[in-house]
Amino acid sequence: MTEKQDEDIRIGIFVCHCGTNIGGFVDCEQLAEYATTLPNVAHSEHNLYTCSETGLAAIRNAVKEHNLNRVVVASCTPRTHEPLFRDCVQEVGLNPYLFNFVNIRDQCTWVHMKETDAAFEKAKDLIKMGSAKAAKLEALERIVVDINPIALIIGGGISGMNTAISLSKQGFKTHLVEKEDKLGGRLKSLYKLFPNDQEASAFLEDMTKKVEASKNLTVYTSSKIKSIEGFIGNYNVEIEQNGDIISLNVGAIIVAVGASVFEPTNLFGYDGEKSITQLELENKLKNNEVDANNIVMIQCVGARNEERVYCSSICCMTALKNALIIKEFNPDAHVTILFRDIYTPGIQYEQYFKKARKAGVLFIKYTLEKLPLVDKNEIKVFNEYLGEEILIPYDLLVLSTPLIANNDNSDLAQMLKVPLEENNFFLEAHVKLRPIDFATDGIYICGSAKWPVDITESTTQGLAAASRASRILSHETIEVESSTAYLPEWNKSLCKGCEVCITICPYNAIIKNEDDEIEIIQALCKGCGTCGSTCTKHAIEIKHFNNEQIMAEIIAFGGKIIE
Amino acid sequence: MEKVGAVLIVGAGIGGSQAALDLAESGYKAYLIESTTSIGGVMAQLDKTFPTNDCAICIVSPKLVEAGRHPNIDIKINAVIDSFSGEPGNFTANITEKTLYIDMEKCTGCGVCGQECPVEAIDVFNEGLSLKGATSVKYPQAVPLVFAIDRDYCIGCGICKGVCKAKAIDYDLEDKKSELKVGAVILSLGFDEFEPNNMKHYGYGIYDNVVTSIQFERILSASGPFSGKVLRPSDGSTPSKVAFLHCVGSRDPKFGQEYCSSVCCMYTCKEAVIAKEHMEGLEPTIFSMDIRAYGKDFDKYIERAQNEYGVRYIRSRISSITEIPETKDLKLSYEDEKGRVIQEIYNMVILGVGLNPPKDAKYIAEKFGVELNEYGFINAKPLSPVETSRPGVFVCGACSSPKDIPETVIEASGAAGKVNEILSPVRDTLVTKKEYPNEIDISGKEPRVGVFVCHCGINIGGYVDVPEVMKYARTLPNVVLADMNLYTCSADTQTLIKDKIKEFNINRVIVASCTPRTHEPLFQETIREAGLNRFLFQMTNIRDQCSWVHMHQPEEATEKAKDLVRMAVAKSRINEALETFELKVTPIALIIGGGVAGMTAALNFANQGFQAYIIEKEKQLGGFALKIYETLEGDNIQEFIQDLIKKVNSEEKIQVFLEANIEVIDGYVGNFISTVNYGPNKTSTQLDHGVVLVATGGNEYKPKEYLYGEVPNIITQQELEEKLFTSSEIQKKKSIVMIQCVGSRNDEHPYCSRTCCAEAIKNALNIKKKNPEAEVVILFRDIRTYGFKEKYYRKARENGVLFIRFDKEKPPQISKENENLKVSIESQKMGKITLNSDLIVLSSGIVAPAEGNEVLAKMVKVPLNEDKFFLEAHVKLRPVDFATEGIFLCGTAHGPATISESIAQANSAVSRATTILSKETLLIGGAVSVVDKDICTGCKICVRICPFNAIVKDEEGYAYVQEALCKGCGLCSASCPEKAITTKHFTNEQILSEIYALGGKEVI
Amino acid sequence: MSFEPRILGFLCNWCSYAGADLAGVSRIQYPPNIRVIRVMCSGRVDPEFIFKALKLGIDGVIITGCHPGDCHYIEGNYEAVKKFELVQKLLSKLNMEKRIRLEWVSASEGNRFAEVITDFTNQIKELGPSPLSGKDLDMELMEKLEALEMAAESYRLRALVGRERKITEQENVYGEKYPKEKFDNLFDAAINNEYIRNRILLSLEKNPKSVKDLATQLNIDSKEILNHILVLKGRNQVAMEDIIENQPIYLNVMER
Repeated sequence: MTEKQDEDIRIGIFVCHCGTNIGGFVDCEQLAEYATTLPNVAHSEHNLYTCSETGLAAIRNAVKEHNLNRVVVASCTPRTHEPLFRDCVQEVGLNPYLFNFVNIRDQCTWVHMKETDAAFEKAKDLIKMGSAKAAKLEALERIVVDINPIALIIGGGISGMNTAISLSKQGFKTHLVEKEDKLGGRLKSLYKLFPNDQEASAFLEDMTKKVEASKNLTVYTSSKIKSIEGFIGNYNVEIEQNGDIISLNVGAIIVAVGASVFEPTNLFGYDGEKSITQLELENKLKNNEVDANNIVMIQCVGARNEERVYCSSICCMTALKNALIIKEFNPDAHVTILFRDIYTPGIQYEQYFKKARKAGVLFIKYTLEKLPLVDKNEIKVFNEYLGEEILIPYDLLVLSTPLIANNDNSDLAQMLKVPLEENNFFLEAHVKLRPIDFATDGIYICGSAKWPVDITESTTQGLAAASRASRILSHETIEVESSTAYLPEWNKSLCKGCEVCITICPYNAIIKNEDDEIEIIQALCKGCGTCGSTCTKHAIEIKHFNNEQIMAEIIAFGGKIIE
Repeated sequence: MEKVGAVLIVGAGIGGSQAALDLAESGYKAYLIESTTSIGGVMAQLDKTFPTNDCAICIVSPKLVEAGRHPNIDIKINAVIDSFSGEPGNFTANITEKTLYIDMEKCTGCGVCGQECPVEAIDVFNEGLSLKGATSVKYPQAVPLVFAIDRDYCIGCGICKGVCKAKAIDYDLEDKKSELKVGAVILSLGFDEFEPNNMKHYGYGIYDNVVTSIQFERILSASGPFSGKVLRPSDGSTPSKVAFLHCVGSRDPKFGQEYCSSVCCMYTCKEAVIAKEHMEGLEPTIFSMDIRAYGKDFDKYIERAQNEYGVRYIRSRISSITEIPETKDLKLSYEDEKGRVIQEIYNMVILGVGLNPPKDAKYIAEKFGVELNEYGFINAKPLSPVETSRPGVFVCGACSSPKDIPETVIEASGAAGKVNEILSPVRDTLVTKKEYPNEIDISGKEPRVGVFVCHCGINIGGYVDVPEVMKYARTLPNVVLADMNLYTCSADTQTLIKDKIKEFNINRVIVASCTPRTHEPLFQETIREAGLNRFLFQMTNIRDQCSWVHMHQPEEATEKAKDLVRMAVAKSRINEALETFELKVTPIALIIGGGVAGMTAALNFANQGFQAYIIEKEKQLGGFALKIYETLEGDNIQEFIQDLIKKVNSEEKIQVFLEANIEVIDGYVGNFISTVNYGPNKTSTQLDHGVVLVATGGNEYKPKEYLYGEVPNIITQQELEEKLFTSSEIQKKKSIVMIQCVGSRNDEHPYCSRTCCAEAIKNALNIKKKNPEAEVVILFRDIRTYGFKEKYYRKARENGVLFIRFDKEKPPQISKENENLKVSIESQKMGKITLNSDLIVLSSGIVAPAEGNEVLAKMVKVPLNEDKFFLEAHVKLRPVDFATEGIFLCGTAHGPATISESIAQANSAVSRATTILSKETLLIGGAVSVVDKDICTGCKICVRICPFNAIVKDEEGYAYVQEALCKGCGLCSASCPEKAITTKHFTNEQILSEIYALGGKEVI
Repeated sequence: MSFEPRILGFLCNWCSYAGADLAGVSRIQYPPNIRVIRVMCSGRVDPEFIFKALKLGIDGVIITGCHPGDCHYIEGNYEAVKKFELVQKLLSKLNMEKRIRLEWVSASEGNRFAEVITDFTNQIKELGPSPLSGKDLDMELMEKLEALEMAAESYRLRALVGRERKITEQENVYGEKYPKEKFDNLFDAAINNEYIRNRILLSLEKNPKSVKDLATQLNIDSKEILNHILVLKGRNQVAMEDIIENQPIYLNVMER
């Protein structure tokens, strides 16, 4: 248990009437009186509105007058009012963590309006519990972390470039690391972009110019991340470029590493000549090398199957785009798309689908159970609508293959200590609410590194990541949670280093330091307390919610001490 | 074809370890392959050993430690043999060392991983009687002391990796395959105990209080699950009445094996005695068939058990056991010798389970292409007891037949001896000799002490305040450096120590960590590499004898550690560099006795290229075997012995002296000089030699009893055998009575002559073969057809040989009526009977040539036992050595032995001797005693007290320590009335300095 | 007077506490028996807290947290489940598992909060007062509960709970998913063993006993008791003191 100095604990309890919200149901005066009977309570009073300026002044005066060193307010909910009272006690020189809140309104009078006697008893118990915890409260230091206003973007594809341009425009020094020798990522190998048929090369050139024009932006091509250490505001990163090591210190990191294209080896007669991928087709189209008349495309090659259960989300559009381009060059060409489902969400994409059908592109559905069979010049496919097998002659077969996670994702994930999902794409903090964040503060994600996305989406996410990062970078310092977990000096000998806390911490805030001891990085800890209740040796303590404090509450309610 | 100077030893129990040590010492690389994670085998599981009641682990552990750190022994644990090919001298074996998931190089054996493992697994070493972690070490004294993860139990939680301060745990470690080139192989697979699971009538596995003898060993063991207390598994109470059952799975073709497991009679007796020692008030009863106490001093042991410990023997085989459910006691039903059915209640029953062939014998036999015998053991023939059916592949220990520890050790050395014969040309080719820098001369220099305090992970650091101990060390006189390390024994710390020695010009080094028993050689090596004499190292034990035993008193432990360090510093300051010398070795063996053992040994030496002298007192070579015609198994001994004599005579390197006796043996190991008189004219000659082999053999007892010599048709077995093979006289006999134990197991010769039961059965079978009509009756006390000989006992009974048992107190009576002999005997079963006989054969025992032995024993300064047989250095582990270095023992000189056993012993003795002869020089000196002649009065107390006969009187009459023989025990120093003897490295001054340092001031 | 149970609630700050507030804002009424302790995350609730409350005679304990997937601390509520399951399994030995409950209540579920509390209060009313709430304490039950608490606090069970999700849902150190069923078997056995071991320790703390005494007292097969004694000896928690009439007597040598 914690070592506590023998100090005189003097608690002041302020019972709020909240107009009639509380006072209308329970007798606040009696509550205040009851409070004086509790241990360590040096003062109690009741106020009409404790949160009003009058109420706050009463607290300040009482602290001074009665030399209080703990303040308990019994009123509404800490969720809305705790900051106010914390500021209030701080103004009279008390550490804000010496304030405790008791909720006798939202969770008492309001919900037990018809049982006022019981509500009164409950309010008494809650005050007793709050007071018991207050007696055990400790002053906490605020943890403030300096922010180095520099951003690092890993990956120079479309999303990374967007993030970089945006951040540098905002005036932040920005580093962009690209493993290949040129920026652009997958965009480099595309011909035209859907749905507006813009030339990819022109688009890329435009983007590249913007990057070059960005004042605060340093680009490292042919470069690799070697190591990453640190936490929000202070990441030390080593980059290897042509054998040289470059060290950087950055405040935020954006992962924009994109994805790779699945190579359909041994599938549908893939040979790179007569049977090619969409990407190879784009290249042929770019160089005007497509002279086939019977073109067949097969969708979902290596996707949505047992091995890769997911939909790569961009291949349908890609196929439509390329089919249309072929039709444009050569309106007589027969283009058949063998599909399982056509995924063209939204108005724009659905119209694109219509456009293709109008242009005479033929669509035939197949199922995973009856895959098309590729012969030398013909493809045998079971037509679901006709209910029979048909033969389609072809002289060019194009396979739509999915995007897959880069094979070096796990290395990077390990360095960043962020998670991957089962297909090895990066996993965001929350799928709905924090789609661009990682659970670890100061690290963000955008583009296909997270999931296959198209150019539009990549751009959006790139900009979003810039916005998320700038929230941090725009501050000189950031205050992080003070109510954190820590391994007290006197508990260190208990810890044998089992590392259960390390795996359980969702923020990777717990590490083994150079001395092979467990260390909780205060800047990373969010104070959830799970490590404390998990610690196999009962060595970790949670500030502001430590065992002693919670136990005091339980005992205050339980009413008697056994043992 | 190139020969390879390396040997593969499969199985690292006591046999494999012994063979490896012999070979490693003889200049070969030894690969010791072990299927579990530590060496030591079954012996490490045992509590005590018979007949000395030595603690098994105490005596085996030094040997294992030695094997573990021998530079020429490469131990491969958790290993399996994948393939094997090649020919003698050049084999290739492919092995896989299965991963431990723990890096052996890094694991310090501290055990934290096992303590923190949240899984409970069954402890196989404790025979399922207790639990351990999924990460564990086989047993606390294991060599190598590494932990291993048992994947069958491990859930993969990763906690052990977290808590391992040495960072030794690596879940990605894969199995390691390697190819080993070797010149020869020794299979020493050991045995598996019989599992009585199918013996429902004994209720094993059903009744809690029925356990096997091996489980009982763990129960008895102080480090076992019950801490040495005998407790009932059903309820932990201490049993009073305990029954031991013999022959569970042995001599029992229905449920187990046909053969006799050879060791159970003795170990049950030992377990009964030890149990009684551990728990006063215990009443052990042993249910036996025959009591087969055929080994040296075994019968004495059984008698002591009965007389001193009150162990009750009942001659009966238990037919069934039932449990009384309320008490979990056990009801035993048996028929006594008189045929009465008796029921008795016992609190606990121990099944004396037999020895089965090892489970992997078949696999190994296939891999190595060697034959198995009918019982599934590796086949070895009586006259080539350590050879398998494949040349170059040898065998030793219980994997060829049930055996006890000394027999296993004998065979291990025997197999090593045979390996020597093949590989001697490539001796010393694969062993690494280390070059050291010149020693720094520290004489006259101020002591500069460096102290290294070890955290040992948390083993010391968790309890003792290591930084404080380090700081304290800095305050001590002459300490120029005190440092602390996470693991002082780790490889990187060795480099650090060497660097610090240079940097601080340190000339005395102290390590405060674990025990010198295991770690001193490592640190001595380190400082030697840094140019310091090994004796300038001092170790102090602040772990095993401090932090580990005072965990709850960290402050006191820290104080104790400081005291220990202060004492070490005090001693270290006056530690001196000690010199060692090289002594040239004469590579010649002197063999006393030209029987089977002596000749076998001589030939082995010669085959290795060493010269050998045979000193035979008779006019011809051959000894006792000349009178034997056949073995029980049917081998022709006459042919064998003549062949052996021929080989010896034609071998240039062997010089035979007949009608010879030794007058004087002078000198010591490596440099003996003997005077021998030989030939009809007693020509005298002086011989130089490096070792002595005593192979003097034994004699047949000439019966004084049973009218022997008075009546012509009362003869000995030996005489019978001669007649059987040389005349047809016996075929006319109608009724032959054999009497066993003539001159054995009596007051005059209390020991069992070991061979007579087999001889009697051999001859009885021969009689029956030649004359099936003849009636043969064998009067016996116990039939001791141990091992596979049991088969012939069974055969004899099948062929109609009649066996009648008598008690020692009621021996048969012979009366003579005219030409007819009458033998009357009182049998438990049949009452008084009288047999008419026309031939009585006395199975007379083997006796030591007492006079000759006494003379020789005095000459070579080695002891005899009560029965005037020579007494080996250690009954279990040094069965062919004498305490005096350079002198060895084999054959019947040691005690009654079969020809097969003599051959094994001869090869064994040669192997032991080769560890000396193979070296050009011996290193002597160091921590030995020296005599100050100015003070010595020549009282000879030290001469008598020295256990190694290292002290002699010189020409002037003063005591003189032969450094080659001195082991530095210090008995002489402590006994010398004049304080004329100093034992270096433990001088009075040094020990007193420790006492003063502890006491705080000097006292006069 | 009808039985009014005393119920303790642990509410996570982000979802459930907000949900409870919302119930208040919406004036949704529920029984006034609950007293709330606010914690930042349901994962913070140490099994020890629940046992302490039950030992104090509190009739029921409810823990509420964010719905799976919604945890403010990403996965704290999943850990809460594991700890809850441990406590539940332990309490089932005393048929007290119905006195505790774990529920998910989001910040928008004021209604649900009220329903859950109402339901739980009714459940506890039906169960009747805690056997430890009266004036006359059932000391044997108290000792059993104490043993359960010690088991829950034991290194071994905490280690298994702490690792369960990692090894059964993600991958263990060998890159495999350890089968949940196998883990459960091992875990259940561990729970049982640690419970009995702590009962033995508590019993021996009062006075030294033999295996037979313990077997009679705890109504457990003496062979099993012996095995536990061996483990406890290995942990240096008990030692043999003496042998009286063929019965070794053990005593508790733990430092408390």
